Amino acid sequence: MKARIKITLKNGVLDPQGKAISHTLESLGFDGINDVRQGKYIEVSIAETDPEKADAEIKKMCEDLLANTVIENYSYELEEI
Amino acid sequence: MKASVIVFPGSNCDRDVAVALEAVTGKPTQMVWHQETEIPDSDLVVLPGGFSYGDYLRCGAISAHSPIMRDVIAKAKQGVALLGICNGFQMLTETRLLPGVLMRNTSLKFICKDVDLKVERTDTPFASAYDSKGVVTIPVAHHDGNYFTDDDTLERLEGENRVAFRYCDANGDVTDKGNPNGSRNNIAGVYDKSGRILGMMPHPERLIEDSLGGTDGKIMFQSLVESLAV
Repeated sequence: MKARIKITLKNGVLDPQGKAISHTLESLGFDGINDVRQGKYIEVSIAETDPEKADAEIKKMCEDLLANTVIENYSYELEEI
Repeated sequence: MKASVIVFPGSNCDRDVAVALEAVTGKPTQMVWHQETEIPDSDLVVLPGGFSYGDYLRCGAISAHSPIMRDVIAKAKQGVALLGICNGFQMLTETRLLPGVLMRNTSLKFICKDVDLKVERTDTPFASAYDSKGVVTIPVAHHDGNYFTDDDTLERLEGENRVAFRYCDANGDVTDKGNPNGSRNNIAGVYDKSGRILGMMPHPERLIEDSLGGTDGKIMFQSLVESLAV
């Protein structure tokens, strides 16, 4: 199965990179930008085919390594390949 | 005092720390490759600065899971003194031995300069010899040194007196101007509960003799020798 994992900064955590992107977009003439937050996108393919087991495995990967839950949230979608 | 320095792929301050330690102990420092699984008998273990694994994923996140880290955590729990400098501090937060996380500097710039630090505690093996010094100068060199933690954890850290050093101005005043990277409460280094694990962004190993511009960093290694010598 394949997991498409999104990792985003929690609300309230400053994102200086997002701010810099926002400023640059404005300088390019994009008006009306309220906020930009930068995150990560990770794809993980695994051998497990049982959706429940795959879900548990991906969740553990996120908790143990892929996200730092002090500052980041994660979400994912699982699909069969 | 027997000291071990863990070497990761991408460490670049490991030899500087070894030189600093040898200057105060007079003994060779044990260099331990991260793929090892056991640290030789040590009174002090150092996780050095650098860019382990190229800062992939998050600074220190990959190295926090190197084979040697299991023994680093075990030794620290047994009371062996553990010092994480810069990238080593990032690893200590990734292993959760220390709370918080080191985020990108608010300026988005890599900062390499001497900074003034207020010494918050001198009752630990790392800082005992800083007794008469309120403010010390030690260099920082990092892109991700912006200490962040949530309000509750910050309050707990302050309540438990676990801040080791704070960025300050030359007079020792803890101000925004003296804060190079945006760290909450100007935090430059934190202790665990026991005071035997220290993570800090500044590099004490870079100021160990007058020809390098000062010796404020050497005092930390002298403290360790005085406190841990058996």
